[in-house]
Amino acid sequence: MIELVNIKKGFGDKIILPDVSAVMETGKVNLIIGTSGSGKTVMMKCMVGLMPVDAGKVLYDGKDFTNMQEHEKKEIRQQIGMLFQGSALFDSMTVEQNVMFPLDMFGKGTLREKKTRVMECLERVNLKEAAKKYPAEISGGMKKRVGIARAIVLNPKYLFCDEPNSGLDPQTSLLIDKLIKELTLEYNITTVINTHDMNTVMESGDHIVYMYQGRKQWEGSNKDIVFSKDEKLNDFIFASEFLRDAKEMRQMEMFQDQNWRNQIKKD
Amino acid sequence: MSGWRPGYVVPTIFRYLWPVMEFRFFHHFGSYLLMLKGMFSRPENMRMFWREFMRQCVDIGIGSFGIVFIISLFMGGVTTLQIAYQLVSPLIPKSTIAQVVRDTIILEFAPTLTCIVLAGVVGSKIASELGNMRVSEQIDAQEIMGINTKGYLIMPKIMAALIMIPCLICIAGFLGIWGGEKAGELGGILSSDQYWQGLRQEFRAYNIFFALFKSFVFAFIIASVPSYYGYNVEGGALEIGKASTSAVVVSCVLILFMDYLLAALLL
Repeated sequence: MIELVNIKKGFGDKIILPDVSAVMETGKVNLIIGTSGSGKTVMMKCMVGLMPVDAGKVLYDGKDFTNMQEHEKKEIRQQIGMLFQGSALFDSMTVEQNVMFPLDMFGKGTLREKKTRVMECLERVNLKEAAKKYPAEISGGMKKRVGIARAIVLNPKYLFCDEPNSGLDPQTSLLIDKLIKELTLEYNITTVINTHDMNTVMESGDHIVYMYQGRKQWEGSNKDIVFSKDEKLNDFIFASEFLRDAKEMRQMEMFQDQNWRNQIKKD
Repeated sequence: MSGWRPGYVVPTIFRYLWPVMEFRFFHHFGSYLLMLKGMFSRPENMRMFWREFMRQCVDIGIGSFGIVFIISLFMGGVTTLQIAYQLVSPLIPKSTIAQVVRDTIILEFAPTLTCIVLAGVVGSKIASELGNMRVSEQIDAQEIMGINTKGYLIMPKIMAALIMIPCLICIAGFLGIWGGEKAGELGGILSSDQYWQGLRQEFRAYNIFFALFKSFVFAFIIASVPSYYGYNVEGGALEIGKASTSAVVVSCVLILFMDYLLAALLL
């Protein structure tokens, strides 16, 4: 479990996160959603320690990450896997070497054991055949999957994904979402996804935090989000005419369904 | 333009610009020192560090050998021709040409000219490599894994430069002197025997020490300054280009400044 306690972050005079508290639950896919510039990425970077917070605490299973010594932070970081928006694969290495990199750096065991683990991870993301290719030779979706394989190769306790669906077609997006959801359940990971993709929200949002102008505006699950009365959240979710119509139709269907049930009860 | 008074305007501009220039200089110098301090930590994995170090040795040493070879040969050849052109007195023996060529190449041309060229070749490569890694979040990916990126990415570059650049300068010295001999022979200026006689006249081993000392100082500049610029890139492709240019310009200016300072102090 990751807890954010009264996080504050700003750049010069500009305050990005005035005061945010949230809990990211273990074994669930936790989503941070919001419009561009709402502070999602800054919040995630504060969580993983890429940006120091101005005030507040980030707790990893109760341990205060913000005030740790550097060697203690390293220990926590070795339990973190992260999928970046642009995949952040190392250009000079093959897919296999990319996934092998964390194992080479921190993993114990023989080369054969490491290779077996790499192949397991590549098989898990369905990319075994691309092992010898370079990042420049594979598609965007494949790069994301390699990024996931690299993130899970050390069996992390915490998985962070920064906009995992950006630049992908809907089918591949769905594939990535399913994969992340399966991995979260399989390894009981605390997964945190930063997204503004509504498919991801509906498919895998076990726990959702909606950010608006640097503040936590709404919190709930994908089951509650459609019925939320929060105006700002509704503006975000039902941004298009199509979705607004779909929502009205769905509400109308539910209303008719309720009337029909009441009628049956009366009869 | 009745109010245009250079005696007033120029100092006024300088008065307003100086605090900004001063601040920027101290800001960059401080960050540079902090970067150097951050490199000194125990490598996470010695085998990976060694692999990276060897890769850099190949990149810097073997990768720059071609250009050093061409520059040195022509540098020696042109020096012989120009000295012969200026030493027209029949009282001065021909072997003096070789003596002047030897000292000019060892003291100045081999270390300084070669390092100026290497600042362009190696410096821009280092700055753009690190800049690209920063922009594409590869450095962030390594930080999150718990790797000290300054130690893993910058330290091997500086170490490799400190070993390979003095070697390249030694080779440049030999090739320059050899090029001078061949140019003298081909131009009918002096025979090979006269040239070798000149090379042995009043040889001072201290000059070799001075050249090698200079090469170590320049090697440090060539690797560390572009590393600083590349590591701290913010933005995109345009900023990588700017960082690369700044790295080369600052490295060249520092090399020339240190060249003067070392000559003033050690000769």
